[in-house]
Parts: sequence; C-alpha cells; structure tokens
Amino acid sequence: MVHKVNSGHPGGSLGCTEFFVALYNEIMELNEEFDMDGIGEDLFFLSNGHISPVYYSVLARKGYFPVEELNTFRLINSRLQGHPTTHEGLPGVRIASGSLGQGMSVALGAAEAKKLNNDNHIVYSLHGDGELQEGQNWEAIMYASAKKVDNIIATVDLNGKQIDGATDDVLPMGSVKAKFEAFGWDVLEVEQGNDLEAIIAGLKEAKTRTGKGKPVCILLHTEMGNGVDFMMHTHAWHGKAPNDEQLAIALEQNPETLGDY
Amino acid sequence: MTQATMKKYIDTGKKDTRSGFGAGLTELGRTNPNVVALCADLVGSLKMDDFIKENPERFFQVGIAEANMMGLAAGMTIGGKIPFTGTFANFSTGRVYDQIRQSIAYSGKNVKICASHAGITLGEDGATHQILEDIGLMKMLPGMTVINPCDFNQTKAATLAIAEHEGPVYLRFGRPAVANFTPEDQKFEIGKALQLTEGTDVTIIATGHLVWEALLAAEALEAKGISAEVINIHTIKPLDDAAILASVAKTGCVVTCEEHNFLGGLGESVSRVLVKNNPVPQEFVATNDTFGESGTPAQLMEKYGLNNKAIEEAVVKVLKRK
Repeated sequence: MVHKVNSGHPGGSLGCTEFFVALYNEIMELNEEFDMDGIGEDLFFLSNGHISPVYYSVLARKGYFPVEELNTFRLINSRLQGHPTTHEGLPGVRIASGSLGQGMSVALGAAEAKKLNNDNHIVYSLHGDGELQEGQNWEAIMYASAKKVDNIIATVDLNGKQIDGATDDVLPMGSVKAKFEAFGWDVLEVEQGNDLEAIIAGLKEAKTRTGKGKPVCILLHTEMGNGVDFMMHTHAWHGKAPNDEQLAIALEQNPETLGDY
Repeated sequence: MTQATMKKYIDTGKKDTRSGFGAGLTELGRTNPNVVALCADLVGSLKMDDFIKENPERFFQVGIAEANMMGLAAGMTIGGKIPFTGTFANFSTGRVYDQIRQSIAYSGKNVKICASHAGITLGEDGATHQILEDIGLMKMLPGMTVINPCDFNQTKAATLAIAEHEGPVYLRFGRPAVANFTPEDQKFEIGKALQLTEGTDVTIIATGHLVWEALLAAEALEAKGISAEVINIHTIKPLDDAAILASVAKTGCVVTCEEHNFLGGLGESVSRVLVKNNPVPQEFVATNDTFGESGTPAQLMEKYGLNNKAIEEAVVKVLKRK
C-alpha cells in the first residue's frame, strides 16, 4: 500500500501488525454490522493515526470493507485517507486521528458513554510513545484514574522511536511505566510486543484487570519496521515508502503477504 | 417603523445570556436523557449548577483541561450521548482549535460547544479572557453551526434547539446582564433571521449583545427621521442570505453590528452575501483588529465603539455612501 502511492508510514505499521491481528481476531467482541454507536460491542480507537496501513489492512480482513479497496489507499476519491477519518464513511473507523495526542480523550469519552449506557464492553486504544509528548494525553491520563474509568485498555506502542530519532534523543520521557503508575493506572508490560502469543496473553491479562476501579495500560515493547530487516533498529522508516527493490526484499522476508491484494 | 412595532421589544428586566444557557440546559436535563454536560472548572460561571444537581450522573467535571474535555465530548457521542461542553469562549475555541477541528468537526461529532463570557463585555479580566476572534475561528470549520443569541430568552431557546440539531454547534453567549426583550415563547429556528423592526432607509444587522443596542439606535434614528430595519442574525452559519438580501433590496445599505473583530465576524459573512448578489455600501460596528482591555462592560462598549451611539454614527456614515 505504502509503496504503491510512495507515501505513508510503514515503520509503526509493521511494528504493530501482530497487535492489530491479536486484538481484532482474538480479543475484541464485535457486532456483525458496523454502526457508529457501537453499543453492545468492544470499541477500538487508533490515536497514532499515521499507522493507518495496518489498521486498514486488519479492518478489511475483518470484513468491514472489501480487501481490494486497500488499493485505493491515499489516492484521490478514496475512503482510505492518509490518516483515518469518519468523514468518508469508512466502516470500522469511529474518529479521525492524525493530529497526535487526541485519541486517549476520545476513547475515555466513549468509555464514559458505555458506562452511562450500562454497556459492559471494553474500549481499547493504541498510542505511539512519541505521541505521549503531547500534553493532552496527560490531561486524559489524569482524568481516567481520577474518574475511575476502568473499562479502558490503552496500549502504548513503546518502540522508542519517532520521526526525528530515538524518543530518548528527541525528548526523553523517563519511565513511561512510572508515569502511568504515578497517575493511578494499572500498568502491565508486554516485553515481546511482536510475538502474537505474548500479545494475546497480555491483552487477556489486561482484560481481567478491567472493572476494578483503575484504567489499564499496556506497555507494548515493539520493534519499528518489524519483519523487514533494513527497516528495523532505525527510525528512518517512520514515514518513508520503500522503492521497487526495497519492496521486493521486504515482501520476500514476509511471504505470507504476497499476492494478498 | 411604527411606535407599535418598537413596543414589541421592551426590556423585561436585565438578565445575563449565560443564565439563559443554564436554564436551557436544566430543561434539557429533564426532557432529553441523552444530554450530558462537561465543564472545565467553571460550573458557576456557566450556570450549570441546576443541571448538575438534578443529573449528577450525567455531568462530567474535567478540571482545567479543555483539550481533554473536547476529546471526551467527541467520544461520548459514540454511544448516542449529546455532550454540551462549558467554558469561556476563549478556552472553548482558540485553546482547543485543533481538538475541535479533528475530533469534533472533521469527525462529524454531535458536540455542542457552549461558550460563555464571549467578547469584550467579559470586562475586568481583560484581553487574555476576551476573545474577539471566536466567530471567525468557528465559522471557518466545515460543518460547524455558529450561533450567537442576543438575550436570556433567545439563549435559552437556542440551547433547546441545538439539542435537536444533529451535528457540531458553537453556541456563544456572555457574562453581563443585558436587556431581555425577545418573547419568552419565541421558537428558535437555526439559520433563520428575525426581522425586529421594519424600515426603508437602512438595514441594521446585529448579533448577540449588539441587537438591543441596534434597537435603541433605531429608536433614536426614527426620532431623526431615519427609518431603520433591524434584523437579528442569531445564526451566523448557516447565514440567512435571503433575509439579508430581501431587506437590502428595500434599503440599499447595511450596518453590521457584533461584539467581535470586524475581520472574520458576522460583518464579513454579510459582505460575502452582498458582493455576490447585490453590492451596496456597508459599515461595520465591530472591534477594529485589536485586543481588548480591563474595564466595565459599558466602558468597554463605549471605548471600542460597540454601543447604540456607535451604531447611529455608522448609519449616518453609510447613508452618505448610498
């Protein structure tokens, strides 16, 4: 998708592929039909909207829209905008994201609505670690524990990288775990954030911790660009598309994706 | 304009428009179970106490964290809630523009952004709190409805009306007690201008606190033999182009009046309608690309040219350009 339009964000998408697959296939309880209110089902909010390629890929494979539509990513007249939006009516998406740091608040609002509706389903969200530099997150993080929003599981994609370099170089955040805990969250870590079984186990464990008066956070240790050797261990592929040659190498390393769309 | 027409609009007692919002919200609390309210540490200022007392489970105190409030509100619409956010106009717009833009407007969420202490009549707190750009900021957002009612009764009616409207709304009101003159039972129709007086010489188009000032000006002008047609535009977007054009076809000139910068406000919206359809002379009663300052509301209205005298002067000026 990213190669075809020569734009997009492969690094974070590859880093979170296993998470999305686990969440949508093994964890979330979903209704057959998509509707915006999502009553009686779990909800997911993507705050770091730039990893739309993996989001769209998983939504399509869950049947929200035709897999062939992935071919329209970032093209004119597409529902698959560079960053996800509700504006084009794409099923599966409930909020626009892209301008960072807003998704936690939205997810908490949806979680509060679930409580008002006596709907016991869970709200999941995903956030970049660099994204935590946005101050709105900390307003939301403070709110969640103060108001005992315990039907949310917020996952932080802890890959240690952002556009300009390592998060520790750009703006070190210290211990994200200590910060969430200081703000009153129940935090668990998934050290193998690109291992499907480890993620499923982590999400299941997180689920058992909901409903206990505290918001739940998963720190997911991932590798940006996971699965493609030249994209790993660098921030260079945050927002850059591979050329033909690079694409061939990348796909060779991930044969299961060949010919899929 | 006859004396009888004017008498329709008598001041029934000074009240603040924010209390009109509070009264409307209280009524919604009783009639619409989906209405929820959020506030960023300004419950008393926004007159939300009664709603909170009657519906504690539907009220969310978010603290001094307006960005989070806007996101929470957007999220609450998912599940069918109708969130009303409350803080000062400055913190309802400029401070959270990106949150409104992405999470509310672009996402098409049914959030009602309710903004008190708008304009210069906030008074003594001074320019940091007196936003004069908010109408412009909000009207530029695709899909946003922008409403600026003129008195207690109209603000209450507007509050009830926006709950029935599907989509994001910016509702702007103020702090000082001003004349309450619109009929208590007047139905609020979003996007529909109200003609308050009939006239033939000049059209005075006013919004918010300036509507009463426009009526006072029209009365004084009548004594001087100038016939002014006063139109109350409470909905700046979508604008009632037809009402404006119908009046201007009669009078041939316009004075627009608003407690807002002339850049980006009601006046410019009216100019757009005129220039496309019937270009006629227009004068602007508005602030002149400036910040405000501390002072009493009346002193500030006088100093920044936002009262009935300023409207009269603008009418004299525009008539000379006909």
